[in-house]
Amino acid sequence: MSSEFVECQRGAEATLSRGTYLGKRVLLKRRPPKAYRHPHLDSALTKERTRAEARALIRARAAGVRVPTLYLVDLQRSSIYMEDVDNGITVKDYINKIQPKTEEESKLDSLMNEIGICISKLHSDGVIHGDLTTSNILVTPTSGNFGKLCFIDFGLSHTASTIEDKAVDLYVMERAMESTHSEAQRLLMRLLAGYLSHSGKAAEDVFKKLDQVRARGRKRTMVG
Amino acid sequence: MVVALGFEGSANKLGIGVVKDGEVLSNCRRTHITPPGEGFLPKETAKHHRDNILDLLKEALDVAKISPKEVDVICYTKGPGMGAPLVSVALVARTVAQLWDKPIVGVNHCIGHIEMGRLITKSDNPTVLYVSGGNTQVIAYSRKRYRIFGETIDIAVGNCLDRFARVLNLSNDPSPGYNIEQLAKKGKKYLPLPYVVKGMDVSFSGILSFIEERAPELLKNNEYTPEDLCFSLQETVFAMLVETTERAMAHCNSDEVLLVGGVGCNVRLQEMMGCMCSERGAKLCATDERFCIDNGAMIAHAGALLYQTAGPTPFNETTITQR
Repeated sequence: MSSEFVECQRGAEATLSRGTYLGKRVLLKRRPPKAYRHPHLDSALTKERTRAEARALIRARAAGVRVPTLYLVDLQRSSIYMEDVDNGITVKDYINKIQPKTEEESKLDSLMNEIGICISKLHSDGVIHGDLTTSNILVTPTSGNFGKLCFIDFGLSHTASTIEDKAVDLYVMERAMESTHSEAQRLLMRLLAGYLSHSGKAAEDVFKKLDQVRARGRKRTMVG
Repeated sequence: MVVALGFEGSANKLGIGVVKDGEVLSNCRRTHITPPGEGFLPKETAKHHRDNILDLLKEALDVAKISPKEVDVICYTKGPGMGAPLVSVALVARTVAQLWDKPIVGVNHCIGHIEMGRLITKSDNPTVLYVSGGNTQVIAYSRKRYRIFGETIDIAVGNCLDRFARVLNLSNDPSPGYNIEQLAKKGKKYLPLPYVVKGMDVSFSGILSFIEERAPELLKNNEYTPEDLCFSLQETVFAMLVETTERAMAHCNSDEVLLVGGVGCNVRLQEMMGCMCSERGAKLCATDERFCIDNGAMIAHAGALLYQTAGPTPFNETTITQR
């Protein structure tokens, strides 16, 4: 069956292929073994992540956040069959493509706000994404609008409800944005505002923790 | 043509080297070695540096066959590192700069490692994994700056290994990490340990607590040997490093990895990184202990580059910083 699948992307950890499953256009995500890792560690990690990803996709959906629909999990082959999001492009590409001073640019603030709200929804239901970046959120742009958000790549996700986990999750996002987008700080403020608007009081504790987590990042301000 | 004299003393290694336009003329080093079971402390390390620095300076100049007159620029480590050792070395660098009337340049220790690695391996635009007793960072050059893509959120990987060496009471000569590496080669039985990767960041303190807590019991029951534990620890923490490096490579579409820092001379880490690289069709650039471990030549080389592009550091800014 997988012979009909065509590889479309090779990430650090998994390969993505497109094909058909039960008459539907699907994305097949496979985690090939890593030869550099000890076999025990490799199979444990692969299983754990495939399972965590499938679980998180279901939980995220229940939390009201759009994610690809899950069709099949094959733990033996560490494969997940899921919906291939129509016209989805990553938020990273979307931001990079935007022309300055256009209508789309003014929509960026509401996009970041929306992302903040979605992350808050995930956190409220105990879903920690674990690898939030602008490459792991899709948008489906239609003329002048970013369309619907879709969160992907839950491979490093876990369920937790501690403030620490939520703060670190936001911190990962912050770091990823700083290294990819020139206007990261402004965008991030918007994102956090969205998070606050949905989480309310709970967000204040998370932000307090976030300050502590930032302080742990040790040497990045040093300029020689 | 620039002849640069570099002073390094941010941790327990004191290094002085002379570099002439990318050619290493001398690279001398003294290491402050503590008894088994003990780490090095700022005060004693600074004393070690003070006791050795003048002899080492003379040796570095003699080996390079260079007189103070021929030196064009004095370079020293501004940070990051331990305060007291940094100060003791910066003080000597500032003094000779004034005595010999030479310009002085403060160098970021991490950039020293990266530039030296690039010089030795001739890599062009690599994703850098900088791993040592004090630092664990995945760095890439993007938008005109070295940027940290991922790093440890608590202790450095070298610190994790060193502190486990103390649990096993291993010798600190030549370094605790080296002795762990030798034991790990004979380890067979794998003990599953926590594996902590958060995005591109890693964390080691939980792994250390986990293995510190269980090691005495596991050894007493003869379930695992010290070799097995060293092996398991290395396999786990190195897998985390290789994974985050690979993620950074995928993120920046990079096909070169440069491995620098003291832990970078661990052969098992080089092997694992090489394996990941060949799976991706990428190239691994690694160096040996002369340049991986803290040294003066790297500070001289990075300082010379800085001097040629940005000029000297104003004397009143030749301070140090621990961060």
